[in-house]
Amino acid sequence: MKKTVFLGAMAVSGMVAGAAAAATLDDVKARGNVNCGVSTGLAGFSTPDANGKWQGFDVDVCRAVAAAIFGDPDATEFVPTTGQTRFTALASGEIDVLTRNTTWTFSRDVDLKFDFTGVNYYDGQGFMIPKALGVTSAKDLDGATVCIQTGTTTELNLADFFRANNISYEPVPIETNAEAQQQYLAGACDVYTTDASGLAATRATFENPSEHVVLPEIISKEPLGPLVRHGDSDWADLNRWVLNALIAAEEYGVTSANVSDMASAAGSNPEINRLLGTEGNLGEMLGLDADFAAKAIGAVGNYGEIFERHIGESTPVGLARGLNAQWTEGGLLYAPPFR
Amino acid sequence: MSDTHAQTVGYVRDTMIDEQPAPVGQTGAVKWIRENLFSGVINTLLTVISLYVIWVVVSHLYPWLANSIWDAGSLTECREIRDATVGPDAPAACFAVITDRWQQLVFGFYPPEHYWRPVVALLVFLAAIAPVLFQGIPRRALWLSAAAPFVLFALLWGGSIWGPVAVALGFVIGFVVYRVLLPLAGNLAAVLGAIIVPLLYWLFLAGPLAGALTSVAPIGLEYVQSKDFGGFTLSVVIGVSAIILSLPLGILLALGRQSNLFIINKISVAFIEVIRGVPLIVWLFTASLLLNYFLPPGTNFDLMLRVIIMVTLFSAAYIAEVVRGGLAALPKGQYEGASSLGLDYWQSMRLIILPQALKISIPGIVNTFIGLFKDTTLVVFIGLLDPIGLSNAIRASTDWNGVYWELFVFIGLMFFIACFSMGRYSLYLEKKLQREHR
Repeated sequence: MKKTVFLGAMAVSGMVAGAAAAATLDDVKARGNVNCGVSTGLAGFSTPDANGKWQGFDVDVCRAVAAAIFGDPDATEFVPTTGQTRFTALASGEIDVLTRNTTWTFSRDVDLKFDFTGVNYYDGQGFMIPKALGVTSAKDLDGATVCIQTGTTTELNLADFFRANNISYEPVPIETNAEAQQQYLAGACDVYTTDASGLAATRATFENPSEHVVLPEIISKEPLGPLVRHGDSDWADLNRWVLNALIAAEEYGVTSANVSDMASAAGSNPEINRLLGTEGNLGEMLGLDADFAAKAIGAVGNYGEIFERHIGESTPVGLARGLNAQWTEGGLLYAPPFR
Repeated sequence: MSDTHAQTVGYVRDTMIDEQPAPVGQTGAVKWIRENLFSGVINTLLTVISLYVIWVVVSHLYPWLANSIWDAGSLTECREIRDATVGPDAPAACFAVITDRWQQLVFGFYPPEHYWRPVVALLVFLAAIAPVLFQGIPRRALWLSAAAPFVLFALLWGGSIWGPVAVALGFVIGFVVYRVLLPLAGNLAAVLGAIIVPLLYWLFLAGPLAGALTSVAPIGLEYVQSKDFGGFTLSVVIGVSAIILSLPLGILLALGRQSNLFIINKISVAFIEVIRGVPLIVWLFTASLLLNYFLPPGTNFDLMLRVIIMVTLFSAAYIAEVVRGGLAALPKGQYEGASSLGLDYWQSMRLIILPQALKISIPGIVNTFIGLFKDTTLVVFIGLLDPIGLSNAIRASTDWNGVYWELFVFIGLMFFIACFSMGRYSLYLEKKLQREHR
């Protein structure tokens, strides 16, 4: 509670200072690159490769923004942020947009004075247990020892879930995901709980993944999305519609392979034409070129391509689309019309 | 009588027998083992238990290390190689992660084509620190040591060479001002002048001068941003800068705390107590988070510089207390003797007090430095990618997710080498300076 108030107060004072520098897009254009806050390391979402180049699902969302503005997905500076530093880095203007698996919550949106520009991944908290335990439902976990990362919303969700079901647990506090893997494999805890995407990535690294199961219950809603500072709606709009363009592109079948063809001349589908800038002036309204979406898609691909490249079923992380499928396929992705 | 004697003694030895070795139980390894390991019931018991513990540790570690795999592209590949060579259940370290990523652990995000620069910088640093550490080297080499910080900056960060040159010129100006004013206006005025004139120069002249020189002769290396520093380069840069800066600051603070001048005394006490009374991690958060709010937006106050300043201040407070211990250990006669020779304050400190006090403080000072160097890993909490931070980042890549101990073993080994060398040097210095008990 105290921490929240403190962070809130800091964020407010940050806004007072930040209000003076409103036009983020102008700053970004003058600087020549977008400063993106990313995680210091989360499998599939953001991680530096052997050459020091950042890769991942969150990273590509930022690259799409850079590509939309500059036509160059590498016009980005990635600032590694931790759970503690991410909000101050954004509020103070050190970064322009935070694409760091951050859950969209009321207090972060309202109290901390940020604007979430959409959801790029619908996550939820799950449980992983050794198959030998013979448990098939999280409600049977009465008295279990649970490995849990401290200081995160997962800790609070866990307490809520066990209280609501009137069962008890014994928490084993751990600091990082790597430590959790060690503790869990060493048998220090019966259950490991974190976001389902993290569980899948963790399970994939085990020697014998088949000896462990992820329980079907998802006990929380974790819509992860990029966020920007309050007070610059133009910049928020830009980020929101670049993300929407990636999602809409998948819906309409625009991919990095065919985007240059489709954007070269107006086609038969007016929605695609407006999206790719061959018709209308949507890009101009954002202060960008007409083909901003075409540049973003050409650089990183549409939402589905990004997903498959970093966390999809063909990668070691191996996540199914699930909630993150298009609305036409039973998922939650639903880009508003480009009109 | 003589007959009797002749008949009773049948044999008289006329040569010495050769020396015989002592009985097996009374010499060599057996004796040592009996005396030291099995001299009683309790000792025997302890020996057996210790042997068991050593056996457990070695029997687990040895196969893990002996089977280690150094050449693979990912953890999965490591496991496949292990299955093929030593069997699926055998423990095997996957040091391939080090082979794959050691450059990242050492240099962070430093541009690969410029990797030679941190390496050369390290050599320059070692060459520059040698005359300070070892007396066998000619004293004139100390001038090179004084120039080294600027050379190191130019190497590590690059940019126009004239920036560091212009800054270095300020120190020369200060020295010249001191020399000129000393005979003219006395000591105090000379010291003040030597501080104020360079400050004015740095504030107003150094920037334009460097700019002008750059436009005339654009010499220099490619600029590398602070955020590209990572891994051990980051640790060493932060650690070494803080160590070098905090020693003089700490000595000044210790003297300040001993001083009779009210304001200086109270400021030193307050500074030391406040800095020392708060954990380093809080100061790091202050540097990275709070300052961000108080500085005007758009101010680009380098995070690494902020961290170096905070770590320096933190370790200076500790050094101050260690040196104060050394000062307090000197008999009062030393202070009085210095005064009776007619030495002024700075002379007595420089010639009589500090050489003795610092000698006493060496173990404490080096201890603080070793602690400081290891504390640089705390920067991981403010998002700087030091070796620990990079180990997390490396584990997040799909290739190496699941690797754990191998990275820590490597990082631990590197830190051990650095800290052990510092400890050995401290012992060498203590022995060399030992005067009392020769």
